[in-house]
Amino acid sequence: MEKTVLIELRGISKAFDGHKVLQGIDLNIYDSEFITLLGPSGCGKTTTLRIIAGFETPDEGSVLFEGADMANVPPYKRNVNTVFQRYALFPHLNVYDNIAFGLKLKKVPKDEIANRVQEMLELTSLKGFEQRQIATLSGGQQQRVAIARALINQPKILLLDEPLGALDLKLRKDMQVELKRIQKLTGITFIYVTHDQEEALSMSDRVVVMSNGIIQQIGTPEDIYNEPCNAFVADFIGESNILDGVMVKDYVARFAGQTFTCVDAGFEPNEPVDIVIRPEDVDVVPANSSKLTGTVTQVTFKGDYYEIIVDVCGFKWMLETSDYVAPEETIGLKIDPDAIQVMHKSEYSGMFGDYSAFSDEGDEMLDPALGGIPQEEESGDE
Amino acid sequence: MNKNRNAKYMSMLSLHSVWCVIFIVVPLLFVLYYTFTDEQGHLTMGNFLYLGTPEILKCFGISIAYALAATVVCLLLAYPLAMVIANIPAKNRSLATLLVMLPMWVSFIIRTYTLKNLFNDNGIINQLLEAFVGLLKNIPAFSSMDFTPIRFIGTSGLIILGMVYDFFPYMVMPIVNVLTGIDPRLHEAAYDLGCTPWTGFLRVTLPLSRSGIVSGITMVFVPAVSTFYISSTLSGGLVSLVGDKIEAAFLTEGNFNRGSALSFVLMILILLSLFVMNRFGDKESEELAP
Repeated sequence: MEKTVLIELRGISKAFDGHKVLQGIDLNIYDSEFITLLGPSGCGKTTTLRIIAGFETPDEGSVLFEGADMANVPPYKRNVNTVFQRYALFPHLNVYDNIAFGLKLKKVPKDEIANRVQEMLELTSLKGFEQRQIATLSGGQQQRVAIARALINQPKILLLDEPLGALDLKLRKDMQVELKRIQKLTGITFIYVTHDQEEALSMSDRVVVMSNGIIQQIGTPEDIYNEPCNAFVADFIGESNILDGVMVKDYVARFAGQTFTCVDAGFEPNEPVDIVIRPEDVDVVPANSSKLTGTVTQVTFKGDYYEIIVDVCGFKWMLETSDYVAPEETIGLKIDPDAIQVMHKSEYSGMFGDYSAFSDEGDEMLDPALGGIPQEEESGDE
Repeated sequence: MNKNRNAKYMSMLSLHSVWCVIFIVVPLLFVLYYTFTDEQGHLTMGNFLYLGTPEILKCFGISIAYALAATVVCLLLAYPLAMVIANIPAKNRSLATLLVMLPMWVSFIIRTYTLKNLFNDNGIINQLLEAFVGLLKNIPAFSSMDFTPIRFIGTSGLIILGMVYDFFPYMVMPIVNVLTGIDPRLHEAAYDLGCTPWTGFLRVTLPLSRSGIVSGITMVFVPAVSTFYISSTLSGGLVSLVGDKIEAAFLTEGNFNRGSALSFVLMILILLSLFVMNRFGDKESEELAP
């Protein structure tokens, strides 16, 4: 199926105070897709969004909407609407007037505005809230108003800047489903910015993983998760054991002192590579039935599975198993060929993937999605 | 526990209460007493008859007119300046506000007197104009030109300028405060939804700064309508506003009853205008209430 390209980003670079936040971003965005820009704080995802909206001008490169250069088109002339981080609703207007804001500017007749506002209230489950003041709404309701206020203008593209960041976990899950439903229903292209990998994977048609102002990988959620292209992506999306390895020849990889059959090919003979193995892809077997053995150092009950850390010749693996194993026990690790993802070496090699210093608490502190730390720096510093 | 706390607050309040009684309540009671008595101390409404004379009515009229004009001029000048100051990065903003506040470090009597000297018949402004005309005379076409000093003193323009000059910072500061408090993302949201910079200003910035405008107007109008020094100084004693009349009644005529009656009516007037302005302010705070 031939998809229409709606937006083209060509070689976009941007620096703030000499600090490069975007370096040569090339990206095509297709009609009616749900695309997510995913990355940690300061990776440039919000800046990319703001460049598309027209709030920032790129230092280099160009933005094309349906082939037309947007360089000199101000935000109010772009067929794009934004759902802002922390909503940016107008505090002096009630819910109705907030949603009607864009149409009033376009001098749409009063009764048509009334109809379309009602439609939006229905779409966002906000019926009966017309006369409410913004300050009296909960976070989730404000979020819905922000979405309605943007969608009522029937933009070609809706930009969403961490729209669920300020909501609690339960509400966030509900709104993810809601947003996906609205996107399907309206067929509007959603460009979604988040640092929450789970959110990105569950909602998007395509995910763009960014780090340090560079696109690391573009692909469907399945591609990104199953076939990360480098250690950064593997580590950022889900949990991964990332090992130093050598691609002996096609379909044969050597790591952790052993040789394994894998499904990857096309590497140079004996090329040094990074090997990714997801915790859930390793089977725990009796020690005597596997060539790879290790000592369990930590067991954490996670509800439907146990998360265990296994020391294999000094390298700490994270595994997930449904059967209990005791600490200090020696176990065998069974790895199927299709569980092995082979990646070229990158600047991120060796930075991630060892669970030596791992603890749940430390992880939560580092992961803003879990810690609930406000993402203030996201807006300005990027 | 709670009682103790209340007792503590009450004791802290008592000092202020004593202060208020001695310096506000008691003087107000005196004003009331003098307003409704004659010089012999008999109850009377006669003082209000004096207020009904054309001279005093006209005096109230021009006081209000001058104060309104000064308020409008202040607002028109202060709003753009406040927008500029609010857009200065926070670390340099205090310097800009300092510059606005700087004239307040000098007594307003001295400022007004300076203004008078500038605009006197032989003041600096007229001297500069004279020098300029003198230069023009060297050009043949203007050789017949003659300089007569322009009379600024006593014009309504100069009195209004004096009020604007003296009360300007009171208009700027509340507007700066409210503008810096507006989330910059609201401006972006406005542009995003199709506002040009101008319609964005009209539909978002201006309504959101209403509370600052209201307090600015109040803080300029109230002192301007009751001022007594500015008008008499800048008119060479020709124009009397209500404030001048009150001053004259107390200090030159020694007629406390008339002075009190004037003060009483002016006070009612100011209370009324505060009430009207608060209505605007209230609407705002209601909308913003959580």
